[in-house]
Formats: sequence, C-alpha cells, structure tokens
Amino acid sequence: MKRLNIETVVGLFVLLGIACLAWLSVKLGKLEIVGGDYVPVHAEFASASGLKPGVSVEIAGVDVGKVESITLRNYKADVLMKIRGGIDLQEDTIASIRTRGLIGDKFVNLSPGASDRLIPPGGKIRETESAVDLEALIGEFIHGSAK
Amino acid sequence: MAALAETIGKRALEAIHRMGRMTVFLYRSAAALFIPPYRVRRIVKQVHFIGVKSLFVIVLTAAFTGMVLGLQGYYTLRKFGSEGLLGSAVALSLIRELGPVLSALMVTGRAGSALTAEIGIMRIGEQIDSLESMGIDPVKFIVTPRLLGAVVSVPLLTAIFDVVGILGGYLVGVKLLGVNAGVFFGQMEASVEWKDVANGFVKSLIFGLIIAWVCTFKGYFTGRGAEGVSQSTTSAVVLSSVLILVSDYFLTSVLL
Repeated sequence: MKRLNIETVVGLFVLLGIACLAWLSVKLGKLEIVGGDYVPVHAEFASASGLKPGVSVEIAGVDVGKVESITLRNYKADVLMKIRGGIDLQEDTIASIRTRGLIGDKFVNLSPGASDRLIPPGGKIRETESAVDLEALIGEFIHGSAK
Repeated sequence: MAALAETIGKRALEAIHRMGRMTVFLYRSAAALFIPPYRVRRIVKQVHFIGVKSLFVIVLTAAFTGMVLGLQGYYTLRKFGSEGLLGSAVALSLIRELGPVLSALMVTGRAGSALTAEIGIMRIGEQIDSLESMGIDPVKFIVTPRLLGAVVSVPLLTAIFDVVGILGGYLVGVKLLGVNAGVFFGQMEASVEWKDVANGFVKSLIFGLIIAWVCTFKGYFTGRGAEGVSQSTTSAVVLSSVLILVSDYFLTSVLL
C-alpha cells in the first residue's frame, strides 16, 4: 500500500476530531444548528422550585419540548417553554411540575384539555400545578396537619 | 535587612522581566500569523506532529480513563442504588475536566517536550541566528506554525479523548457491569448540556495555547550547550503542566 502523505493524514485527523466534536455538541449537548420548528408557550407557576432551563416538557410521557427560561413575574415563576410545532395545546391544558422518581429530575407535564380553542404561539397556559414539596408533604404526614 | 530587601526586589524584578518577555514573545509569534507568506504546509506539518502523532497515546489514555471512571463510578453509585447515573458521571467528568486536562498533559509530555528540545537545538546549533542573518524572521518561521498547530490540534484531540473515554466507560459500565445501555446513554444525554461541551472546548483551546507558548519560549531562549537544552526541556514540561492545572481551576471558576 502506498504510504499516505502528510496532508491526507492531517485531513483525516481533522475530520475525525470535528466528527467527535459534532457528536458531543449535537447529540449530548443538544446544540440546535438549524433552529427547528418550535412554538413558545408561557405558564405561570406559584413555585418552580427545582425546575431548570433545558429540562424536558412531556405529554403522556413523550418528550415534546423543553423549558427555555424561568423568570420572576409578579412574584410568580413565569416558565417559558418551547413546544415542538404541530402539537396543538387546548386552552384548558394543565401544566404541572413533576418529579421523575422519588429524588429524580423535575420536568413539566402537560395534560391536554378538551376545549375547542387552542393556545396561540406565545400564549399562556392558565391551569398550572406547582412542584410538589416532598419535605412539606412528609412533614405534614408525620406531624399530622399541625403546620 | 537591606540585603534581604535587595534580594527580594531583585527576584521580583527578574520575575516581572521574565513574564514580560514571555508576553512579548507570545505577541510576536501570534502577530506573525497575519503577515504573509502564510506557509500552510509548515502548519499542516505541525498539526501532523502535535496532533496525528499524539493520537495513539490519547486514545490509549482516554480508553483507560473512561474505563476506570466507569468502574469507580459504578461502585460509588451502587451504594446509593443509582447506577443509572453512571453515564452522566462518566460523560460530565470527561467533558468538563478530565478530557481537556489529561489530553493537554499528554500532549505536553509527548509533543511539548519535543518542541522545546527541537527549537533549543536549533538555537545552540546557531540555525536560528543564521535564519535571522538571511533576513527571515525566526519567530514567524519556527514558532508561529507550532503555535497554530497546537491550538488546532489540542481541541480536536480533546474531542477524540472525550468520545473514546465515553466509549471506555460504556464498555465497563454496560458490557462488564451490566448497567442498562439505554439508561446509560439516556441519562448522559439528559445531563450533558451544550455549555459543558463549549466550556471544555474553550479550555482545550487555551491549554493548546499554553503548551505551545511555554514550550517554544523555553526552547527559543535556551541556555548554553546540551545541558541548557535539557534544563529548558524539563522546565518547559513542568511549567506548562503546572500552568495547565492552575489555569484549569481559574477557567472553571470563570466559565461555570
């Protein structure tokens, strides 16, 4: 076999390196090179404790988007979510913050409603359930309702 | 008392002088990058020397680093019954810390020492002086391609290190110890964020710069004779390794 010249070897090396970098950033880092088809939706929670930008938004356990940002508005947590396009959200959709397992990550679960009217892009989900405070629940259970 | 003050003052001035020289040297070699002729072939040759020839040792260390992370992580996480997090533990520690730092240290040992020795022998063999007498800027001719070669090679080597390390962790965690493959990669994807990858990349760029900078500087201003070259090679490896580890802390605290 003819010995590869330096340029070819370096070219292969650079390609290999870039391929590894691309795998890390696109597959693991979830970098979106093309913007993707996402629709923004707001939801206002009384408490978004434990929720972080980037966590997934699910309907019936299926990943349909992610939390983009969490900001404070009127002393409530305003959570901006990006939902994949083509998924209709009814006006009476319920957004709730759930925990995966007992001590797992938090995520947002959407329960579809029955209304005919849909939430427009950039609209707000009115019905929300905040994060369950496990410690408070356990405390309540142990000490009765003496809180 | 006055003698003590004088000694301290002298040392301090010397240290500042040395740092200044290094900074000026870095500026000269980096500025020469934008002056034609660009001599692409010389840069390609350095990428070959620093990058391609380090590939074997990087793949080897990456595989074993990933494997030992898989092993250690598994036995630690098992105590808490959360073996499923093994993928996150392996990937995050590799991408954030171990990938950039270990590959930079390996490149320092393999290529950095060779850079110093090569340039040092050019210096004591008066090849650098003869370049100068021919009207060729030796910094541009010798140092700049090595600087660029390292800055290009080290991030790519780090990316390869990360991927091979993750595969090593997969091999031990999933194939040997029986963590579920879907959970392993699912947790990994859930916990690694774009910021982690970007921070690791920035780190490796800076480490590449540090390696080339320190090693070429030490070679370029080497002492006399074979002893001088051996001394500057040693101090180049020590200084760049120390700088990599120290700057890693500060980079982490700034980037995080």
